[in-house]
Amino acid sequence: MSPERISPDRTGLRLAVLTLLLLVAVLGWLFQGLAGNRAFILGLRLDRLQALALIGAAVAVATVLFQTVAQNRILTPSIMGFDALYVMVQTLAVAGLGITGYTTLPAGAKFLAEAALMTAMAVMLFGTLLGRGGGGANDIGRTILTGVILGILFRSAASLGARLLDPNAYAVVQAVSFANFGKPAAGLTLWAAAIVVPAIAVALWLGPRLDVLGLGRERAVSLGLGHRRLVVGVLVLVAVLVAASTALVGPVTFFGLIVAGLAQALFPGAPHRVRLCAAMLLACLMLIGGQWLFERGLGQRATLSVVIEFAGGLMFLALLLKGRLR
Amino acid sequence: MIDVAEVSCRIHGTEILAPATLRIPDGQITALIGPNGAGKSTLLRLIGRIAPLQSGRVSIDGLDLAGTASDRLARQMAFLGQSTALASRLRVGELVAFGRWPHCHGRPGPDDRAAVAAALAEFGLVGLAGRFMDELSGGQAQRAHLAMAAAQDTPWLLLDEPMNNLDLAHARTLMEALARRRAQGGSALVVLHDLNFAAGWADRVVAMKAGRIHAEGTPDEVLTSDILSDLYDTPIEVGRHRGRPLVLHHM
Ligand SMILES: Nc1ncnc2c1ncn2[C@@H]1O[C@H](COP(=O)(O)OP(=O)(O)OP(=O)(O)O)[C@@H](O)[C@H]1O
Ligand SMILES: [Mg+2]
Repeated sequence: MSPERISPDRTGLRLAVLTLLLLVAVLGWLFQGLAGNRAFILGLRLDRLQALALIGAAVAVATVLFQTVAQNRILTPSIMGFDALYVMVQTLAVAGLGITGYTTLPAGAKFLAEAALMTAMAVMLFGTLLGRGGGGANDIGRTILTGVILGILFRSAASLGARLLDPNAYAVVQAVSFANFGKPAAGLTLWAAAIVVPAIAVALWLGPRLDVLGLGRERAVSLGLGHRRLVVGVLVLVAVLVAASTALVGPVTFFGLIVAGLAQALFPGAPHRVRLCAAMLLACLMLIGGQWLFERGLGQRATLSVVIEFAGGLMFLALLLKGRLR
Repeated sequence: MIDVAEVSCRIHGTEILAPATLRIPDGQITALIGPNGAGKSTLLRLIGRIAPLQSGRVSIDGLDLAGTASDRLARQMAFLGQSTALASRLRVGELVAFGRWPHCHGRPGPDDRAAVAAALAEFGLVGLAGRFMDELSGGQAQRAHLAMAAAQDTPWLLLDEPMNNLDLAHARTLMEALARRRAQGGSALVVLHDLNFAAGWADRVVAMKAGRIHAEGTPDEVLTSDILSDLYDTPIEVGRHRGRPLVLHHM
């Protein structure tokens, strides 16, 4: 948009450094300590790599998009209960189909149906919450509170449903209720990619419009942007991306907050296309580099998801305390 | 011409704007005055299609608000609201460049760059173009928002209390900018609290009180001691200066 961005060279340089670091992490992850049946192990590692990259990109893009719609840098889809919604949808599926029906469903079709259901619910819920007035910027406190309460509601509904119907079903739901970067769900990578890659492409294509959306509803409308339609469209993208990443590893509450916050700090005031790319690079770097370090460096003594959630939780608190509500 | 026909507004069952019918001629500066809570911003937001029309019709230069694409309307009128808070971190030059969105949709050409440069110059922002908006004083930020509206380069400017935070020199610069536009056929509808700017620069004055149009006419017709004292429920004297009303409300 802007004709005279102050330091385009710096932007390019920083993106290049991030890309380089990511490349190092990818190579390290793939080739370090490769012994025995090389082709087989490399294949396994490649599968995991794809899953981690998809999750990182999905969470990063979903968070940046959501923060633009919410006009706020402290909200993420997870904090607003998006992935709790996904877990609830899973539970409904277990409850409705029974545990055999659920586990024998073809993984891809099940995933697509869940993603669709979750998208419809998310748009209904958050469309009314965020599309109105100036969005979250008008009343951040109430928006956060609503999201937290919705999240708790979804989570309790999920566990209640699972407990009521079948103790075994509870275990099935538990398995999808906690993040585990070490074991991405098998067989879903391709399906997730089929959703995540086009969604990210659309997000990048919308970049300039997102920049206008970031000015707030009043300015966006007076510049002639179809505000309401764009908000709903962006929420659909967010729901789809969260569904994909949650299906692969389970919910991650604060990871998105970290990568979106870091992208913002490294590229202050950058347009959405740059921020989306930066957040994706950072997310993939943290996941792939982190998993590499934790699995082979620390020999599984610590869990990446726990560390990320802990750091993210601290960052969330810091943002809240500093009053950086926007 | 802006044609407002039977436009009203209710919020939670309370009528905050009684059905209003109003014609705002083009090629003129029209001042919208009235006490706090009179409904000035409400009316301006309805005309600027920021708030959805609940009843009645509005057309601007023959374009019906309800039936015209928002994008087309954005080339007919620029709107600047009363509150100018920004959630995104932007530099002044970037904010002003967004004013060109209705024309270039994010792909600025030479015309767009020229319009941005002209708007920055008009509001004394050339030296500040690289600064972040959240590092400006209140008046500097207000000027950046004005420059953004100016860069939109529309026949109509809808401005809600544009003098907010402006010092007196910059307030006058703004009115001069509006007058320059008027000389080229441009029109403006401006909510003003400083009645002497209305007296000195406006061609028409619309006075609102309690959600109704209270008086309407030339500055000479509306800015009288009787009407203003009634409008603001406080005694106001009106003198004359250089053949125009001079409102004395400070004591
Ligand atoms: N969102 C809202 N909910 C309820 N009432 C509202 C809302 N917005 C405005 N009002 C009421 O509508 C009336 C008109 O408000 P409006 O903002 O149009 O006044 P105004 O003439 O612009 O005042 P000011 O000079 O203070 O800007 C006021 O009484 C206000 O309290
Ligand atoms: Mg007002």
